[in-house]
Amino acid sequence: MNPLPSPDLMRTAAPSDLAPTVLFRVGLADEYLTVESPVGPVFVARNGRGVSATAPAFRADASDAFEAAFATRFGRPIRPARRVDRSEVEALVAALREGRGRGVRFDLRATTAFGREVLDAARRIPRGEIRPYGWIAREIGHPAAVRAVGSALGRNPVPLLIPCHRVVRSDGHIGDYAWGSAVKRAVLATEGVAPDEVEREARAGLHYLGSDTTHIVCWPTCHHARRIQARHRVPFTTVGEAVAAGYRPCRDCRP
Amino acid sequence: MDTEEALPADPLAVRLARDLDGTFEAVVVSHADLVYGLALRSTRDPAAAEDLAQDAFVRAYRALAGYPPERVRGLHLRPWLTRLTINLAHNRARDRLARPAQAPLDDAHLDVADEAARPEEAVLRRESAAAWRARLAALPRHYGLAVELRHVHGLSYAEMAEALQRPINTVKVHVHRGVALLRAAYEKEIQP
Repeated sequence: MNPLPSPDLMRTAAPSDLAPTVLFRVGLADEYLTVESPVGPVFVARNGRGVSATAPAFRADASDAFEAAFATRFGRPIRPARRVDRSEVEALVAALREGRGRGVRFDLRATTAFGREVLDAARRIPRGEIRPYGWIAREIGHPAAVRAVGSALGRNPVPLLIPCHRVVRSDGHIGDYAWGSAVKRAVLATEGVAPDEVEREARAGLHYLGSDTTHIVCWPTCHHARRIQARHRVPFTTVGEAVAAGYRPCRDCRP
Repeated sequence: MDTEEALPADPLAVRLARDLDGTFEAVVVSHADLVYGLALRSTRDPAAAEDLAQDAFVRAYRALAGYPPERVRGLHLRPWLTRLTINLAHNRARDRLARPAQAPLDDAHLDVADEAARPEEAVLRRESAAAWRARLAALPRHYGLAVELRHVHGLSYAEMAEALQRPINTVKVHVHRGVALLRAAYEKEIQP
């Protein structure tokens, strides 16, 4: 009687990629790709739950630095994507250009509930417009939490896709950015906001803009305010001042 | 007859109950051959088997994430994953039958690739491995599965009883008959 062969003789080993792929699909490991954005190439990390991080790839920072920073921040392994669909890249390029992340799923597990509300509010700022930190605080029902809003935006794991760059200081200064204020100014410029002009107008006391034909007051970058003809533009420093003059706040930009 | 013979607590399940995300990788790595082997047994196609094995682990993760910790702690992972994979494979096979055109079964995985330029002994060993896998695959389904679980993946009879939801004596009989059939097939090949 011959005995059965040893178990490993009859066993077929699982493919070596099985475990990494499973971990990727359940969101315990990430993969990243490099995608072109309006301000240069960026790394986009994602797992089976959605996009988890973006980072500038246009610096001297090698991808090694990104991988190390990702692992430290999220506590998960990351590797370059092995398979990339063209449709995924096209969707990401479009989302980076639009800066809204429409049609993109996000993995925001590392973000607090408060942080997610802040990021959701930032996503509602249209391309080409800016709002101050205080506006986000008011939109999410915590008008006093201006500083907390600032730090939540600073921890945005997916800059550009969730447009925290459209949120500026309440004094009208463009302010800080996770990737540096120079990048923030550059992104805003590609979206049609002129950072120097915005700061100059704010210094001159122009924080709101009304139209003397409609008697509606807006944030100066609101798409409605941009359509006011020069001779009908009425600058205001506060909304109260505008209301006292018989203006009502715009329903779209909610100054 | 009793299907439940007290299995000892599974140390990996105890760790999972405490830290699902920190332990799940160890679960996948230590059960990959088992789950993939079962998937291959069902699909007979390496690519389909890899997809099925992935899906089984993804389902396992989601189930574990939804279970209360005391339920996770009490799991016996090998039988639990065996059962989950067999059920998933069964459902997929049924769905496949319900669909019209289907690719023929591919037994190519039973052959051993790139045999050229290898030491003769290794070639013999691989040929023999392929032959044994082919004999195993040719067994009637219940016997083949029982032999594979017991002698390839090393499940105990108690684990098999839990995985297959059958009395322990039934799985023992299936293993013994399966092994007898394998030996008979082997002897017939060497002494026609």
